[in-house]
Amino acid sequence: MTTPYQQPQSAPVPPQTPPQAPPMPPQSAHPQQMPPQAQMPQPKMPQPTPPPPGANPSQPYAAVGAYTSPIPVRRTHFGDALASEWTKIKSVRSTIWTLSVMVALVVGIGLLVSATTSDKDYVTAPPTLPGFVGTLLGQLCLVTLGVLVISSEYGTGMIRTTFTACPQRARVLTAKALVFFTLSFVTTTAALALVAFASTGMHSGPDVMEPSGKQWLGATVGAALYMSLLGLLSLAVGSMLRHSAGAIATMLGVVLLPSILPPFLMMSDGLFDLGETMQKYSSPQSLASLFQVSDDLGNGMAQLGLVAGVTGAALIAAYSLLEKRDV
Amino acid sequence: MIEIEGLSKTYGDTPAVDGLSFTVRPGVVTGFLGPNGAGKSTTMRIVLGLDHPTSGRVRIDGQPYERLTDPLRHVGALLDAKAVHGGRSAFHHLLCLAQSNGVPRSRVHEVLDLVGLGSVARKRSKGFSLGMSQRLGIAAAMLGDPSILMFDEPVNGLDPEGIHWIRNLMRDLAGQGRTVFVSSHLMSEMALTADHLVVIGQGRLLADTSMSDFITQHSRSYVRLRSPEYQRLSDVLAAGGITAVPGSDGSFEVDDGDPVRLGQLMADHRLVLHELSRQQASLEEAFMRLTAGAVEYHAHPAGADEPAPAAAWGADWRPRKES
Repeated sequence: MTTPYQQPQSAPVPPQTPPQAPPMPPQSAHPQQMPPQAQMPQPKMPQPTPPPPGANPSQPYAAVGAYTSPIPVRRTHFGDALASEWTKIKSVRSTIWTLSVMVALVVGIGLLVSATTSDKDYVTAPPTLPGFVGTLLGQLCLVTLGVLVISSEYGTGMIRTTFTACPQRARVLTAKALVFFTLSFVTTTAALALVAFASTGMHSGPDVMEPSGKQWLGATVGAALYMSLLGLLSLAVGSMLRHSAGAIATMLGVVLLPSILPPFLMMSDGLFDLGETMQKYSSPQSLASLFQVSDDLGNGMAQLGLVAGVTGAALIAAYSLLEKRDV
Repeated sequence: MIEIEGLSKTYGDTPAVDGLSFTVRPGVVTGFLGPNGAGKSTTMRIVLGLDHPTSGRVRIDGQPYERLTDPLRHVGALLDAKAVHGGRSAFHHLLCLAQSNGVPRSRVHEVLDLVGLGSVARKRSKGFSLGMSQRLGIAAAMLGDPSILMFDEPVNGLDPEGIHWIRNLMRDLAGQGRTVFVSSHLMSEMALTADHLVVIGQGRLLADTSMSDFITQHSRSYVRLRSPEYQRLSDVLAAGGITAVPGSDGSFEVDDGDPVRLGQLMADHRLVLHELSRQQASLEEAFMRLTAGAVEYHAHPAGADEPAPAAAWGADWRPRKES
């Protein structure tokens, strides 16, 4: 019994009665996929295909040996996830763009500030200071990249492919976080170190303050750590919100509000302390503390500790949501 | 082998998959058939561990998917061809997947050549046509040379050559002893590819049968007769004690009729025939009959005999239970 939908030679089921004449009218032969006119210009495709070896049509469950791949199998480990995420992060343009803009802002503004200031500006402030202005804008680039690293996968649907390839979701998030954090931290440290070296080289008069080791560390590694932690927090927020624009907007609020709100809070007596604390931990003042712009600002360790704590909490929340939710 | 046992998935109050149990065996192409919204994609997502089932379980070669440390070596899946980051090149897309499963880099080039994307490997996948995206998805599925392959509506949006290619690929893969599980809402497509059928409707199992059994059970065979003397043909058939139903285009259809006997009868009455042919009702019709009660979204043809249920809008409204 052949049906109008079956091509006799390629039919998976053998004819159970002898082939009949006249042949089936072709008018209803699977019009959805194979309109006859569409087949015309492709004479190279022979229509009736011989059944492949092993597909024995008369025995649907013929004993075919289960397939074994010739590629050697080995257990995967965290290093494989890291390699995968490293390939991912370096093969999209958003990474190149956000990091280039960040470096351009930090180095460009830093060198500009350094070039337009004179030695007497660095009597009470360390000459490592010029990097500070660039970090205020540069941190927003890392926020954007941190969000995009994960939320672009949700936006494009890539996340389903990712989690199919690696069902250990925590491993994926850890690898993403580690790769992103390392890349941002190294890039930012390098950019800040370049500015700090250039600036101390340009301003080295007798009156100029000699930056201490702590000031060096704060102006390079410290500030880079602060910015990269903000990026990592963005990654955690991006993982929870799964939406690029929403997560970036949220992070802009987190970064900018503490520096905008305090003046308004301080107008009220009851909220004065809150406003003061908020200002102390706002991102511009945190970075200024890390650069040790003046002695009364402290060394920025409290601010670094706070952002690390918040990032840690956000990551824990992101991990638990990641396991619970459907993709 | 994929074993699905008592699988259920509920979104809010709506069951998407409802107590589904079946096994997908190696060596054959298993068609997973159901109308739109029947729960095919949900089932496939649960099999891949992307969605958590409300109840029930899935075993891949005896293990839950989440336990597989190198899943691409066991299961290759193409769920959504557009589920790639459009800004990444085809090569890097496959490379990052290969690396996550410890698949050698050389395999990326192999699968790109296999699907015929070797020349656009360095192009960003954003510019790919649907057909090229499907091929990239199949390359990703083949990356780990897995023993189980899952395709969700793989022929959607493909040109005839692409459809032909996928059909042969699936049959070849099954021929090598792999498990091939392919969903579709087109019975005609399955009739050409699948050896075994799993039919679901509204998340419930409607049929789990071999293709040949399905054809024998569900296809109606009849003999079509056409004559310029319509009335005489009707009379002769009636006189011969043969039940005939008038066809739509001025013909008569005799269910399970014997063409030899009918031809003889017509010759005895010297009746001119323009057609005497054995016909088979299409599998598509059989599939539609099977799933008729389980179609979620009905289209009502204009001027159809049966009007849509006359319940006023909102008549079935009930206040939501406070929880």
